[in-house]
Amino acid sequence: MARITYLEAIQQAQMEEMILDSRVFMMGEDIRCNVFGTTTGFLEKFGEARIRDTPISENGFIGAAGGAAIVGMRPIVDATISSFLFPAMDQICSIIAKSSYIYGGQARLPLVIRSCLFYGNSNAAQHSDRPYPMFMNMPGLKIIAPSNARDMKGLLKAAVRSDDPVLSFEDSTCWTNKSEVPDDMDFVIPLGKGDVKREGTDITVIGIAGAVNIALKAAEQLAREGISIEVVDPRSLVPLDHELILRSVRKTGRAICVDPAHKTCSAASEIAATIAEYAFEALRAPVVRITTPDTHLPFSPHIEKPLYPSVARIVDAARRLVGAGTPVPA
Amino acid sequence: MTAVGDNDRGLEKYLRMQRIRQFENKAEAIHAQGEIPGALHTYAGMEASGVGACMALRDDDYMVGNHRSHGHPIAKGAMLRPLMAELLGKTTGICKGKGGSMHLSDFSMGSLGETSIVGSGGPVAVGAALGAQMQGLDRVALCFFGDGASSEGAIHEALNLAAVWQLPAIFVCENNRFGMSTPTSAGVAGENVADRAHGYGIPGVMVDGQDVDAVEIAVREAVDRARSGKGPTLIETKTYRYGDHAVNMGRELTPRGPDHEDWLARDPIVLHRLRLLEQGVPPAALDVIEAQVAEEVDDALSFARESAYPAFEEAFDHVFVDRLPIPEDVLAHA
Repeated sequence: MARITYLEAIQQAQMEEMILDSRVFMMGEDIRCNVFGTTTGFLEKFGEARIRDTPISENGFIGAAGGAAIVGMRPIVDATISSFLFPAMDQICSIIAKSSYIYGGQARLPLVIRSCLFYGNSNAAQHSDRPYPMFMNMPGLKIIAPSNARDMKGLLKAAVRSDDPVLSFEDSTCWTNKSEVPDDMDFVIPLGKGDVKREGTDITVIGIAGAVNIALKAAEQLAREGISIEVVDPRSLVPLDHELILRSVRKTGRAICVDPAHKTCSAASEIAATIAEYAFEALRAPVVRITTPDTHLPFSPHIEKPLYPSVARIVDAARRLVGAGTPVPA
Repeated sequence: MTAVGDNDRGLEKYLRMQRIRQFENKAEAIHAQGEIPGALHTYAGMEASGVGACMALRDDDYMVGNHRSHGHPIAKGAMLRPLMAELLGKTTGICKGKGGSMHLSDFSMGSLGETSIVGSGGPVAVGAALGAQMQGLDRVALCFFGDGASSEGAIHEALNLAAVWQLPAIFVCENNRFGMSTPTSAGVAGENVADRAHGYGIPGVMVDGQDVDAVEIAVREAVDRARSGKGPTLIETKTYRYGDHAVNMGRELTPRGPDHEDWLARDPIVLHRLRLLEQGVPPAALDVIEAQVAEEVDDALSFARESAYPAFEEAFDHVFVDRLPIPEDVLAHA
């Protein structure tokens, strides 16, 4: 067990899986120069054949990863920023998601497409996307969105070992966060298993990716007001751990879904609908979504930052749900 | 391996071209009767392109096709039964009834997919070539695409990537004169798709797509280059699509030009038959092949007709390795 950052967890997961399985290799834009620190020492250790810099050609090289997977390789694609998945929608949605299905199981596509959620730092609308909900609507793609280093490592290793294609959305707001991470080479967290990050009794807050950490801060503050929050982290968005979410909401009777994605058809929307459909009888209040509004992300930090889910917005919503007013300062 | 033009190989090419033509004629006829659901894009007229190319490949080489690919697996040697069953949407189909006409991909023949998003097969072929290279195999990957697909970014990206990495890939543009209703001249800038190879620093070759031997020779040269580590080649087969973009649509979408009759007069199967006769093959040998293929096609259709439709639950297989849960409310009304 060692205390490492989220980025170091990615580096370790990739390193270990490449050591364990010679079919695993990496390709992407500028991975040899190690832009974000997730491929430290890889070129020296694994050589140019397994650490491949690609042309700026997302549709081409992501599709090529799919082709390599079909013939028995296990590629990890580093697509860097998740907004760069858009040029590759053709290959991701028509080839990678569907080839196993349309050919009646003749093809398997064991590949991982990694990209980061690069929001909140004045990179403007074209670099700040959180596009996982779009892919949740496309069958055939498994999706992970971890919130801490431990989950990142365990889920990424499981993704590399999966025989299904997996999209890994890595929240840049978590990059430098540290947690205790097992160094066992076979430490994996199964895809589709959520985690209760904090137990509570009054309200379930379901957080997506970095929103889990905001929810945990809000829970601290609310605890001081006597409001007990349970924080649930689905960790995987496909498959989604419905059972864990519903069990928690049936216990607390209230739910807040916090998601950095835009509101319409967000992961929060899917979770809210699931709760309303299957746990309606347990609800004591309407399900609340705290998301990024359906506007683009502006460059100027003064108007960008308030758009995202925040501790203050969660605290306000929680107080409303339990019928508590704003506490008067002592 | 015998030389191109040798009688046995010549007869094999004749057999495969006959299989494609007769398979397509049968499919078109039963599609008109409503026995095949969905759209049907036939390969008739282009047989020399597919057969010539595939005769230059080894059994374990890879290929990727497109929406007009009934001919490609047959060209590489696939059995007809699972292909016809697929067209009828049966569980014995090559894709278990989940792909249909636009995805008649037989992986046992080295096919890695026939993808109906125009141009999208390019990157897959590049990936297969990369995989083969990384695994130390001397396999090559061949990508069939059309003149229409040559305008797609995916094809450009695939060509560029294959050239940058010097991968064992062969790109075969089957220029059949039309992208749906759009003549090649209105969809492709420049005279020839093959000329674009120059921009990637790779060989570009144009070949008479109605001459099965010429296609085989051109592709064999590209395969030899690829297999010996010299990188990709772009080949353009000049050919002609007999059917409309999709057949039995009720009205002709393809604006046939003044050269239409000239193309029909250069039917690839007739041309090959004449060449074989010139080489001394007795006509009876060719007639036997035609009759044998007619029986194969009838047998394939009987097999397809007698096969069962997939169970509804199969709609939930192969999204992932594990079957998806089946919603009860949907199952109740299936």
